[in-house]
Amino acid sequence: MSRSAIKRICVLGVTGLLTAGCTGPLSTLEPAGPAAASIALLWWIMLAGSVVLFAIVIGLFTLAFYRPAWLAGISARNWILHGGITMSSVVILLLLVAAFVLGERLVARPLADPPLAVQANGRMWVWEFSYPSVEGPSLTTNVLHIPAGEIVDVRVTSSDVIHSFWSPRLAGKIDAVPGHENVVRLTAERPGTYRGVCAEFCGVGHTQMHFTVIAHPPEAYEQALADAIAAETTE
Amino acid sequence: MNREPERLNPIALHRQLAAIWDSGKGLQRLGAVNHTVLGKRFMVTAFVFFAIGGVLAMLIRAQLATPHSAFMDAATYNQIFTMHGTVMMFLFAIPMLEGAAIYFLPKMLGARDLAFPRLTALGYWCYLFGGTIIIVAMLAGVAPDSGWFMYTPLSSRPFSPGVNADVWLLGITFVEISAVCAAIEITVSILKLRAPGMSLDKMPIFGWYMLVTALMMIFGFPPLILASILLEVERAFDFPFFDPTRGGDSLLWAHLFWLFGHPEVYIIFLPAAGAVSMILPVLARNPLMGYRAIIVALIAMAFLSFGIWVHHMFTLGIPHLALAFFSAASALVAIPTGIQIFAWIATLAHGRPRFEIPMLYIFGFLVVFVAGGLTGVMLAMVPFNWQAHDTHFVVAHLHYVLVGGFVFPMLAAAYYWLPQVTGRLPVFKLSIPAFWLIFIGFNMTFFMMHITGLRGMPRRVFTYPADIGWDWLNLLSSVGGFILTMGFALFVIDVVLQLRFGKPFRRNPWGAGTLEWAQPTPPPSYNFASLPTVDRRADTLDAGRMGAELAGGRGYLGFARNGWMETLAVDMTTGRPEHVVLLPNNSMLPLWTSLAIGGFVLSLLFQFYLFSLVPLALVLVLALSWTRTTGQRADRGPIPIGRGEMAPTHYEISGAPSWWGMVFTLFANGTLFASLLFGALFLWAVAPNWPPPSTGEIGLVAPVLVLLAFALAAGTNHLAVAANRRGGSPLLWLALCAAAHLTAVIVLVWCIRNVVPDPTSHAYAAVCFILLAYAALHSSLGAVFAFYGFERFRQGYVSAVRSLDLRIGSLWHDYTAGTGAIAVILVVLMPALVAMGAWQQ
Repeated sequence: MSRSAIKRICVLGVTGLLTAGCTGPLSTLEPAGPAAASIALLWWIMLAGSVVLFAIVIGLFTLAFYRPAWLAGISARNWILHGGITMSSVVILLLLVAAFVLGERLVARPLADPPLAVQANGRMWVWEFSYPSVEGPSLTTNVLHIPAGEIVDVRVTSSDVIHSFWSPRLAGKIDAVPGHENVVRLTAERPGTYRGVCAEFCGVGHTQMHFTVIAHPPEAYEQALADAIAAETTE
Repeated sequence: MNREPERLNPIALHRQLAAIWDSGKGLQRLGAVNHTVLGKRFMVTAFVFFAIGGVLAMLIRAQLATPHSAFMDAATYNQIFTMHGTVMMFLFAIPMLEGAAIYFLPKMLGARDLAFPRLTALGYWCYLFGGTIIIVAMLAGVAPDSGWFMYTPLSSRPFSPGVNADVWLLGITFVEISAVCAAIEITVSILKLRAPGMSLDKMPIFGWYMLVTALMMIFGFPPLILASILLEVERAFDFPFFDPTRGGDSLLWAHLFWLFGHPEVYIIFLPAAGAVSMILPVLARNPLMGYRAIIVALIAMAFLSFGIWVHHMFTLGIPHLALAFFSAASALVAIPTGIQIFAWIATLAHGRPRFEIPMLYIFGFLVVFVAGGLTGVMLAMVPFNWQAHDTHFVVAHLHYVLVGGFVFPMLAAAYYWLPQVTGRLPVFKLSIPAFWLIFIGFNMTFFMMHITGLRGMPRRVFTYPADIGWDWLNLLSSVGGFILTMGFALFVIDVVLQLRFGKPFRRNPWGAGTLEWAQPTPPPSYNFASLPTVDRRADTLDAGRMGAELAGGRGYLGFARNGWMETLAVDMTTGRPEHVVLLPNNSMLPLWTSLAIGGFVLSLLFQFYLFSLVPLALVLVLALSWTRTTGQRADRGPIPIGRGEMAPTHYEISGAPSWWGMVFTLFANGTLFASLLFGALFLWAVAPNWPPPSTGEIGLVAPVLVLLAFALAAGTNHLAVAANRRGGSPLLWLALCAAAHLTAVIVLVWCIRNVVPDPTSHAYAAVCFILLAYAALHSSLGAVFAFYGFERFRQGYVSAVRSLDLRIGSLWHDYTAGTGAIAVILVVLMPALVAMGAWQQ
């Protein structure tokens, strides 16, 4: 086998492993909405930076151990000042600014055009979703129906212990705290079915407390929701 | 009369000192108070708990190895993972670092023991009994099962009706008594009990690490102790502190828990980093560089660590701007950490490093810990945290930080210091394969969890489906876990072999420059036959030469006198010899006292609330009897301390260790009180279902009466101290002080019974109840202190020169008056605050 063939196999193998290692119906690294996508991007940037920093620190330590003479020209003061303080400060400052800006974009602040709001209530061990946009009782259990491509604010609370609403491919998680209402803003770019789990430990049923988010094409949303609510009441 | 005892030859001196200091044989061992003995007991016990925690981890990994595993059901699994976290955090990591500090600090600082030897023993027994209660509960199938951070309301009575949560709250609080005792003792010992000449800036760096750690414990543990008390009161008596339907809030628990929980991480990490800062320079053959920068970094880290607890709560719905502040503080911790790492690199680069086994483990520490630190910075970024929080990514991160930051350095420390403990050199055969098994096993187990976490696997699920790509990662984790366990087994075997077959050696095998190597090995009970003088940084000493001189009695206190256990206390900053501390001898009192506390804890656990007053009374009686054997009935004046110098005993000095002990006890207590105030105001500001149905009418008469009584109690005790200083009798003033306290207690109890609304009706009433009860409890103890001072004076232990008992009392009375006044005033103001809150809504 030629060297380039080995190289190609290696590259394929590594990429294969990476893709195989990162996808999945609950993977934060296979985003299906803008919130999850920007956080995934933040992760890849932080990962790259971390690998570089890790290599620098461990490399310097190893070098200082095996070849101290190579580094002996640098005074302790400079090591601490530049390695310990300057390097970490610069990296942290840049990261903090980026993360803050991103966070500000993701939080559910009031919009001129108020987005669709849905209620999510965690209860040992089911998720109850209701829809203020629908008149009359509107309940779907363990399935949340949303229109695809639209901004949705999920208002999350709990009627017993703390749970956490998390659909990793769409957005980060938000805790369902009894007596409080928290909001997570999400968008599913395309119609489809997205899985979600309760992320905060909530007793013996914690593992089974999962749910599904179904994103419908916007034009079919109202009908689909009405059907789902009707199916729920006849059950 | 005050003549220096004559100099003996080293062997005779050794015999005499050993006769005084040794712990005894057979059942007398139960009365041991010696720090060498207790330090070893702490570390061995902690290691046993580590093994138990490790077995629990293996059960977890067995369960998660494959999808749909039928090995355990959810209920069992919940107990297992809760216990794994609880055991590792509270019964392994903290006691292990306490044990190391208890064993090594006096040796490194050049003292014969810690400041309060009986407190060391009390702490050990509390730890052992508390830990045993928790383990026995697990064997009985009623282990805590709400997760190691015990979030309410899951851990409240309605959702955890069994005794499981009570086991956690009571057992852990019992163990925590031991942690706070150790922290106070370590702080005072470092500040006061050092070798003459060892100013603070000459202290070996481990002393600094432990000083900062112990102070963090003094301020870090009380919020959790308070939270545990409140939750236990809620569970037992239905006071709704955390019940959102009655004005409580589960967020309060989260705040108080993490207010403890985050500093806890640094409390665990710093001593281990301190060990690295001691070992690495020796193996680099170059004194630690950046000594002062490291001290500054430690202090910065301690301050930062109290400002970042909210980063465990990024998903609980706190406003983003507030999160940004905590996010920045969390990321900034990387800077002091970086300072330490680069100081180590500089130390290596300017030295002549040699490869020894501890160095291998330090490499392991660095690789694992730096990786964990980097994921820590990632998790400090709010948006990423929203995804990664509560997933296996966090599980991976916390194990990288804690195992990397604590277990690896402790293994390095074990290989470095075991010769000091056992007097034998390592066999060196198994430590290398053990390292590779541990290192590879660890990374295989936990590296995978980063990926499973990012692929959406939440924490604390007991099983998972096969179709989401978590299966092979989990299987690898489990295989890695078993490799890791084999590594630890090999480590244990290696240590046993070293104990049994290791080669004895003369002194200082590493060529270290610290005082613990200037001792005979294994060290004698009295540590140093005479105390050293330190004239340079105490990690650059010639340990070999000093060892011989000290054994020959040529330092301070190089004699045995009156059967006294003597060591020297120095001026806090300069290290100038200040006074002689006469330490108490072996005693069964710590054991009896901790058994009485255990009786109290168990009667609460089994809900014998009325009966619990019996062991509680017993605790009080026993506590009062602790001083029966200590004290001095005549003024003695300065006595010789060797090298032609004289110093008074600690009974005749203003800043004796016990006085400082009370100061730091009150710091801890004050933190608990501040947490209570925070809780009261937090519920008022944030909790749902306010205002309360009724606020009660406390009026002004009762509060004013209580405030006057407090002022009188504090004032009369100051008059008692002044009268005593002039040579007069303080008895009348002390009697008045006790009477004032009793008046305060009576009025407070009246208020609690007649003015505060039913405390089960709303968190408002419960908070008022607890505030007033806090003041009443402190005032009753104030009466006890006054009575105690009265008795001590009558028995002749107190004179114008020997005023310690009265001045310690004064600290308590002033504290009680201050906090009591704040508590009462807050209760008076609460109705107005409620009205304001209602207006806001």
